[in-house]
Amino acid sequence: MRSSPLWSIMLTVNRKDYELEILPWVSLLDALRDRLKLTGTKKGCDHGQCGACTVICDGQRILSCLSLAVMKNGSEITTIEGVANGSELHPLQKAFIEHDAFQCGYCTPGQICSALGMLTEGKAQTREEVKELMSGNLCRCGANAGIIDAIMEVKKGGDHE
Amino acid sequence: MNNFQYKKEITVTTALEAVNSNENAAFIAGGTNIIDLWKYNITNPELLVDINGIDELRTIQELEDGGVRLGALVKNAATAYHPVIEKKYPLLSKAILAGASAQIRNMATDGGNLLQRTRCYYFYDPDVPCNKRVPGSGCPALNGRNRMHAILGNSEHCIAVFPSDMCVALAALEAVVNVMGPNGSRSIPFAEFHRLPGDMPHLDNTLQQDEMITSIDLPSNHLYKHYTYLKLRDRHSYAFALVSVAAAFEMDGNEIKKARIALGGVAHKPWRNTEAEEFLKGKTATADNFLIAAENVLFGAQGRGENDFKIPLARRAIVRACMMALNPETQRPGAGPSL
Repeated sequence: MRSSPLWSIMLTVNRKDYELEILPWVSLLDALRDRLKLTGTKKGCDHGQCGACTVICDGQRILSCLSLAVMKNGSEITTIEGVANGSELHPLQKAFIEHDAFQCGYCTPGQICSALGMLTEGKAQTREEVKELMSGNLCRCGANAGIIDAIMEVKKGGDHE
Repeated sequence: MNNFQYKKEITVTTALEAVNSNENAAFIAGGTNIIDLWKYNITNPELLVDINGIDELRTIQELEDGGVRLGALVKNAATAYHPVIEKKYPLLSKAILAGASAQIRNMATDGGNLLQRTRCYYFYDPDVPCNKRVPGSGCPALNGRNRMHAILGNSEHCIAVFPSDMCVALAALEAVVNVMGPNGSRSIPFAEFHRLPGDMPHLDNTLQQDEMITSIDLPSNHLYKHYTYLKLRDRHSYAFALVSVAAAFEMDGNEIKKARIALGGVAHKPWRNTEAEEFLKGKTATADNFLIAAENVLFGAQGRGENDFKIPLARRAIVRACMMALNPETQRPGAGPSL
């Protein structure tokens, strides 16, 4: 196997700058978890099928497992660790608790980052549309009804910005 | 999963040079398919050439003749929600939004969508034969698990289906694929871009190894009033099509002036049959006429056991999609079908 040189990259994660020396085949997900120790972002399937690794990158929700860290050089990333305002939970986090929007909690970081991205996109109006545009995040516990309830509440409240 | 080298290029010319410097090099744009295939050990690039910095490929441009040019690097979501596309080519918007998930549509590019590989389970399993993955090794799908497989245009070498939704709309809209290679540019009509498996199923399309897709042209048309994209799948969202239908009409009252019907999930390429479209020209838009057209589209369809159901499913889906296309009001999320 041929070796490749390390690449120097800069990532801004949760408003903090990080410089990393990284091999080109390291996914953004692995860089976040293993290098920056931000293990809130979960590795579910690692193949773009479950949505557990969803993060916000340059304002858009993406799958960190299908992204190479080297290709995100210079990007601004928000993970679940950066969603709350200090010790004050984000309205979406509060709504998830109020609506029992999780059981095991493994998909939750991805669900919340995905929902934040969806609210920013502004394309979902009805409950049906929210369900459709959240379909990239699977919940194996079946808490989906609570997840959609939580998102609908924050959407109606309009305090997601 | 192999190690690879990485290079970023910001012009088409240097990117082509870079990828042509190594026969195991590949372009990477959105990466949603190639990274997945690499992780499964289906593709083993030695060099990935990142083309995301080529700014000239990132725009949607209205053409003088009324058409639109989609840069190869425009993201699927940006295309689907672009006001010009929503207005002139709502069929394309609808097809794109029927595919993948919101996250993947934010990552995947329009050029890359054309180049995605099949989701055949045997293709994805490096431990079994597959003529698409290892030419000449055989096709276990022929007499194996083939519920998702092709019913049209098959060969005895491969019954894989091409999984794109976007491309079904592009086929119906008669898009043109612009590509650049070491000897200059050329334009490929959409019907000639993807190919049938024949005895070379390892070739998905007619793009050459040393070429890059630079843009996709949408010709001017009047297919924005009566259209639909109907996608039938095992779950309501985020699943590949078992059968999908892009249908669009130009109407004069209840008379069809122009018809376009393309199918997804049934063949190695988006499936069109211009004879069926010709038949509908000048006819009244009725379920009976659509049924005759559907029989035409499906002429020669053949199942391989588990996928036999796709033939009657496709027949009914075509009729239903054509009826839905007449009245796009039936296309609100959650709205009931018109039949």
